[in-house]
Amino acid sequence: MITDAAPIVTARIGSPLSWTLKSALDRGAYEGLRKALTMDPAEITQEVLTANLLGRGGAGFEAGRKWGMLAKGDTKYLVINGDESEPCTFKDHMLMEEDPHQILEGVLICAYAIGASQAFIFVRGEFALGLERMTSALNEAYAFGAIGRNILGSGFSLDIVVHPGAGAYICGEETALLESLEGKRGYPRDKPPWFPAVKGLYSAPTIVNNVETMSNLPWIVTNGGAAFAALGLGRSTGTRLFSVSGHVKRPANYEIEMAKPTFRDLLFDPSLGGGIRNDNALKAFVPGGVSAPWFGPDQLDMALDQDAVGKAGSMLGSGSVVAMDDTTCMVRAAWRITRFFHRESCGQCTPCREGGGWLDKIMRRIELGQGRESDLELLLDVCDNIAPGLGWPPQKTTICVLGPSIPSSITSAIRMFRDEFLVHIKEGACPFGR
Amino acid sequence: MARLTAENIQRARQLIALYPQSRSALIPILHIAQEQDGWLTPDGMAHIAELLDLDPAEVYGTASFYDMFFTHPVGRHLVSVCTNLACLLNGADELLEHAQARLGVAPGGTTADGEFTLEEVECIAFCGAAPCLAVNWRFFGNIGTDDFDRLVEDLAAGRLADDVPPHGTLNRVRRRVGLMAAGPAPALADGTASEPPS
Repeated sequence: MITDAAPIVTARIGSPLSWTLKSALDRGAYEGLRKALTMDPAEITQEVLTANLLGRGGAGFEAGRKWGMLAKGDTKYLVINGDESEPCTFKDHMLMEEDPHQILEGVLICAYAIGASQAFIFVRGEFALGLERMTSALNEAYAFGAIGRNILGSGFSLDIVVHPGAGAYICGEETALLESLEGKRGYPRDKPPWFPAVKGLYSAPTIVNNVETMSNLPWIVTNGGAAFAALGLGRSTGTRLFSVSGHVKRPANYEIEMAKPTFRDLLFDPSLGGGIRNDNALKAFVPGGVSAPWFGPDQLDMALDQDAVGKAGSMLGSGSVVAMDDTTCMVRAAWRITRFFHRESCGQCTPCREGGGWLDKIMRRIELGQGRESDLELLLDVCDNIAPGLGWPPQKTTICVLGPSIPSSITSAIRMFRDEFLVHIKEGACPFGR
Repeated sequence: MARLTAENIQRARQLIALYPQSRSALIPILHIAQEQDGWLTPDGMAHIAELLDLDPAEVYGTASFYDMFFTHPVGRHLVSVCTNLACLLNGADELLEHAQARLGVAPGGTTADGEFTLEEVECIAFCGAAPCLAVNWRFFGNIGTDDFDRLVEDLAAGRLADDVPPHGTLNRVRRRVGLMAAGPAPALADGTASEPPS
């Protein structure tokens, strides 16, 4: 292994019937909750601050700081984002199917720490087995006394609802998720002025946290925030689940210590990605979900560190790393990502709704051999209208960050593989034969 | 065209009771309606509007935003082929072309016998097993063209009925209790399966 850090969120995964209460209890489930319920809620928040647990959804905001921003009020909600939809990210899907009790335990700890009146776990609608396993675990946990009234004899009471989504990428954006949870179309809310911590679900103060973020809490409470912070380097503490896919020999989720290993380790180590299929050359990789600008082989030795990747002009984002080998048509890859964003735009803001469609059409005609010489400049111009300056993080022209993420793949592909676009245009065909 | 059955009305009322505001139950109830009829019928949506005190247009306007809801009939098996990046890199375009030829329908189409509806979908978070697809949101990975043919035969012959319920049935596990934090526990009597099939 790259580091000898023991797994945190995947420790029970792989044990027989890991999703059942009995199996989970045999392996320490709800011990973190028992300890938490003897602590002062503020102490728990302090441990999470000490741990410097960065949110595992994509934005990477410190969980403890987020909790600290929760406005006061009698009614406060905790909402868990299990709407994992960023293409090539498949870690929360696994956590919900394989260790739902760990998520419930984390939700209970968080709800106790922030004083939530009720908690909702928003599960991506397409995850049928995840919904079944989460609901089954919920039933077991109620019967066990870990959810409901007077939890484990502590005097603390909480209800949790497992809520199914219905298919919309945008609902992974936290304010769109809240709209959806209120039974409406998933339209992101304008912010500022009101962030969910002040005005969230039903306009009440609300914390929205990711599934993997919750899954870390039992360990942090049991072992202390300092033990978590001792893993990783700098601000990137603890372990993290990376979803590795594309042209690697061993596509899978890998939990590894943050910041110490590099992208090269993740993609090439025999215990991790295992190298590129057929031992082909690596052409480029996506470092953190398809919203992120791409990296080339010369950036393989960068550490899996949130701040280092940010400084290099991309993001660790949702923790999904996609390898593309030298047989890949980069125009086609970028077009497919563009088509995704166009299809998933909620339609509220013009730059995203219309710009995404234009980019999709231009990329399509280039890939199909009908591109024009002026198309590269046109692409960059449209991209610049959606995200002025084409920097990273992008300038916003829209309510949420979906729109400004659209240019990432196109500008990356043009910057790194301009000649490939020109060959498509000059030869009137895709040189990769599709 | 069906309104909700008595049993499903009761399920809807139990769902409404879980939320501080009743409209939050809309999407879960739409899933129940789609489970009942295989798609969302105008009468079903009008009935849900009555239950939630909404205008039918609000119900339709919400349902139509979401990819999983169908406001027209679809086949018993919804075959959702992912073609997003990880699958694209592993042959998803070829798989989708094969699926069209094998089923004889384009994406969006339904076979004449009503067995299969084919659709091209965005990433379904099963990328460790690309190329992948889902049938009624049960996932199948590392699908080559031969695997696809075998899968279609097994589905048509009913050999996968235990693993793949008819289209619309999403969560086969029912919540057993209502809200308990504030008071004594109302049990939800239903006698349905409480554990998912392994």
